[in-house]
Amino acid sequence: MTGNEAVAAGVKLSNVKVIAAYPITPQTTIVEKLAEMVANGELNSKFIEVESEHSAMSAVTASEMTGVRSFTASSSHGLLYMHEALHWAAGMRLPLVMTVVNRAIGPPWSIWGEHTDSFNQKDTGWLQMYCETNQEAMDSILLGYKIAENNKLLLPVMNMLDAFTLSHTSEPVEVRSHSTAADYLGELELESKMDFNNPAGYGSIVPPDGPFMEMKKDMRDSMYNATNAIKKEITTFNDLFNAELPGLTENFMMEDADYALITLGAISSTAKYTIRKLRERGQKVGLIRLYFYRPFPGEEIVKAVKGLKGLGVVERNLSFGQRGPTFEDVATAIYGRVDVPMRNYVVGLGGRDVRVKDYELMFENLVEGNNEIEWVNVGAK
Amino acid sequence: MYEIRFHGRGGQGAVTASKILATAAFLESKWVTSFPFFGTERRGAPVTAFTRVDDQRIELRSQIYEPDAVIILDKSLMNGVNVTEGLKNDGIIVVNGKGGNLKEAGKYRVASVDATSIALRNGLGDPSHPIVNTAILGAFAKISNLVSLQSIKNATSDTVPSRKKENVNAIQEAFEETELN
Repeated sequence: MTGNEAVAAGVKLSNVKVIAAYPITPQTTIVEKLAEMVANGELNSKFIEVESEHSAMSAVTASEMTGVRSFTASSSHGLLYMHEALHWAAGMRLPLVMTVVNRAIGPPWSIWGEHTDSFNQKDTGWLQMYCETNQEAMDSILLGYKIAENNKLLLPVMNMLDAFTLSHTSEPVEVRSHSTAADYLGELELESKMDFNNPAGYGSIVPPDGPFMEMKKDMRDSMYNATNAIKKEITTFNDLFNAELPGLTENFMMEDADYALITLGAISSTAKYTIRKLRERGQKVGLIRLYFYRPFPGEEIVKAVKGLKGLGVVERNLSFGQRGPTFEDVATAIYGRVDVPMRNYVVGLGGRDVRVKDYELMFENLVEGNNEIEWVNVGAK
Repeated sequence: MYEIRFHGRGGQGAVTASKILATAAFLESKWVTSFPFFGTERRGAPVTAFTRVDDQRIELRSQIYEPDAVIILDKSLMNGVNVTEGLKNDGIIVVNGKGGNLKEAGKYRVASVDATSIALRNGLGDPSHPIVNTAILGAFAKISNLVSLQSIKNATSDTVPSRKKENVNAIQEAFEETELN
């Protein structure tokens, strides 16, 4: 099945009760599939058709506040249009799950993949997971609800799929058992929810000396300290479903590596393919894939990069006045703890294909290059 | 790993053909991926789709640059698109139409079949928009032993939403009528 079909199957497995979404390429086939499942009775959910992404996020925020498991999905400009409502959903501590099919931001207009849309949301209080395979796309929905609904966390989760490279690619996926999934997630039991018999106000104004900073601190602490709980949930998930989810990160051929790259999402697969080829030629190279981006897996990275002679951070997104956001976050995580020469690579913007020869070039450059940002496979067009 | 690149026009079913071929190999216990490259999504525009088949999990996710086979659903594409670009030396060309006059015929193994007539005979599409994707797979089955004819038929029944019998008939007829160089 395609990545988008895998997401829809994950939503069905999660017994989601409310779906509100506005279609946008390349997310469209997720909500089309869900609408079909609701229409033919396969999925017992309320499907709310809305006029915009801002309304979609507002609708699922409201339904989740009543204690009902809810879902939405978007891409690109649609996700940007949700931005304000994303802060509300997280600030209200609602365990929503949303899938983002990563697509470029115009201008110029593009329907193809890159991570800028979801990187623009990394500070909204949502957890972020970047999937490498369609199997992960399905599993991350179930795992996402489990983590989000943890009473110690109560924050929403954003699952990312690269446009077309996962969303419209068909590959084998094992559909998890419905009864096991139902037992695993159970019913949503929010301690604090909207109660029509006891009306209350939500999101009202607080003065500067009120609980504003305290609430933000609690939110930050909850996410920052969630890494152990997430790792435990992943282990439970793998045992229960015989699944192969990595930890917060995946270390690929890192044991004796001299040089390594850090990647996110589906472009990691071609990096692994390249690394196998380079290993056959005797090069000691490896890969660290970030499955979670928020909370940021800093401790995992510190452990993995010790002893490296060079580390390349691969971005499929951009910050115009600084190096890439992933580079900044990695540098922050290892600052004062590990001394590794770092490089920053920009690849695959606007859906440009990321090829084996691009990764070969990055590994060559890691050995010989300087410390500036490097654009891969970019010429005068 | 075996890599196949499809060239068609929007509406001919190239994306579905890539999925059917992947499903056929999956039914024979292979690892597979299939994916389209969407350009401007409109009827008649050139469309490319890809299928990979391997005995192990497929990690390579880039487009296919050195295919083992190219499948051409519309011969007129050959005027504007270099459909054989990167094709391996012992590669296969499957083409809808007469293959005998292909300038590439001397270099590669070629299977040609009039998939348009077969599709129309079986009620697949209409004369201005024939859906040739299943018929062309019958020709692929004739020239390649990657997957069996029966697996392609089974995968087609699993994949196409309607006219299952007509599509399976088209595959059989194309298999019988395909000419090899």
